[in-house]
Amino acid sequence: MLNVALPKGRLGEKVYERMARAGYPCPEVLEESRRLTFENPETGVRYFWVKPSDVAIYVERGAADVGIAGKDILLEYSPQVYELLDLGMGKCRMCVAGRADFRDDTSRTLRVATKFPNIARAHYAACGREISIIKLNGSIEIAPLLGLSDVIVDIVETGKTLLENGLAPLTTIVPISARFIANTASYQFHSDEIRTMCERLENAL
Amino acid sequence: MKTPNPQRALRALYTGCGYLPFRVRKFEDYDLYAENKRFLQSHRVLTFTDTDGRLKALKPDVTLSIVKSSGGGELRKLFYQENVYREPRPGEGFCEIAQMGLECIGALTGFDVGEVLMLAGRSLDALAEDWVLTVSHIGVVAGVLEAAGFDEEQRRAAFAAVSRKNAPALAALPDAQAAALLQSLIRLYGPLDETVAQAQELPLPPASRAALAELAALGDQLALYGLKRVALDLAVVNDVDYYDDLVFRGFVAGVSSPVLSGGRYDRLLERMGKPGGAIGFAVYLDRLELAPRPAAAFDGDVLLLFESESDLPLAIRTAERLRQAGESVRAARTAPADLRYRRVLRVRNGEVREDA
Repeated sequence: MLNVALPKGRLGEKVYERMARAGYPCPEVLEESRRLTFENPETGVRYFWVKPSDVAIYVERGAADVGIAGKDILLEYSPQVYELLDLGMGKCRMCVAGRADFRDDTSRTLRVATKFPNIARAHYAACGREISIIKLNGSIEIAPLLGLSDVIVDIVETGKTLLENGLAPLTTIVPISARFIANTASYQFHSDEIRTMCERLENAL
Repeated sequence: MKTPNPQRALRALYTGCGYLPFRVRKFEDYDLYAENKRFLQSHRVLTFTDTDGRLKALKPDVTLSIVKSSGGGELRKLFYQENVYREPRPGEGFCEIAQMGLECIGALTGFDVGEVLMLAGRSLDALAEDWVLTVSHIGVVAGVLEAAGFDEEQRRAAFAAVSRKNAPALAALPDAQAAALLQSLIRLYGPLDETVAQAQELPLPPASRAALAELAALGDQLALYGLKRVALDLAVVNDVDYYDDLVFRGFVAGVSSPVLSGGRYDRLLERMGKPGGAIGFAVYLDRLELAPRPAAAFDGDVLLLFESESDLPLAIRTAERLRQAGESVRAARTAPADLRYRRVLRVRNGEVREDA
């Protein structure tokens, strides 16, 4: 039996549909209920929904054998997991964004608001730019509008939200998509099941 | 856990192969760690200033101290049981970690390397019913990278991707042929002998083939010891500045991270200006405690209650008799709150009765 951590939300539902096409169906997963885990003994999977940013923790600590996590989370928290497959779903970009008329004054420390302090720090360290990180937990776009920060580092999907707020993506740091990840110890004890699941997922487009 | 006293089981195993116990100092000069930061699992070291003004550290690692104190040259086989001080995961703060391990340093032969690998496997077997020892040789991947002419930065990126079995990252490497080979290599996983044979079928450069041949020879030696459950997994990568040869990791069912880690670290000796080779491993005993297990149903075998002083002689005689029979007995005037015992005996008026 493989424990599979699915990320709550729209992406998670699409991922589940792909799992079902790959031969791991469990229809109750999508039903509204108070249940927390969903099992299909015939195909040997047990699904559970967790907060997208927690998937990697469940997998790293072995509570889930495998899971689906965004590349943004993997880059931010660097969990010790195997990153077996790029599902090519939930595609977006990690970007530096700011007011459309933003000009970087390199004589000053740059104030960066973000949910992803590690990614932001690594990006600016590579450019050698002195920054001050402002860690926020949501509504990042408002920070440059109210003068809380000069720029933001955040996920950009279509850029519509930015545009509506008079902001624009300035630099792409890295492309993001959903990854199929596995616990390194589980891989040793369930290598055949995990590799089969990975192959089937790759082919179930 | 298979045995209630894993330390004793491991000690017997190591002394049985002629390994000698070695005790290292609790404090070490900080410079040793500053100079060899990349050798450490965590770069954070717990430091303090000694009375003479020198900066000291509570040792985060034992191998460096052993290598520092060994002369090189003649072969030394040592094992240790020490507490080390480090941050197990970023943000968790310093912890005291019980660690056991062994080191084989000096004029190494193929036999010594095989013996260390056998001891790693048998260590796991002493700790758990279900275990796997995964083995790799850095030379297999390094050979591919060298043939492709990768620079230092590309090399690091490639090893990072290999260690995570990250096929998409490998696909993005600048050399298409190397990228395809590495993607095939990280997909390989299985019993050592069979999987080495599968790898040998790939169009690998000579350096990679030589590394695979070493692994095949080790596989033959392990077969002589009757050691099974050894798997080839090229995603086993330790810091490549120190480990450029054989590397291995041990897993036990129910623990989400490796409980044993080791490899051949000749480069550390080279950096310290000592001749010879070195191989060793550490067993992380603290991680074994992370395996889920049911809480004990009882805190002891027998609770022996006596009501008055006049019952004391009979209470003591009864308790002693039960202890000799191997039971744990807590004798008391009143029952301790929150503790549970398999049986409750009451001594009253010269009689012993068991509660229903």
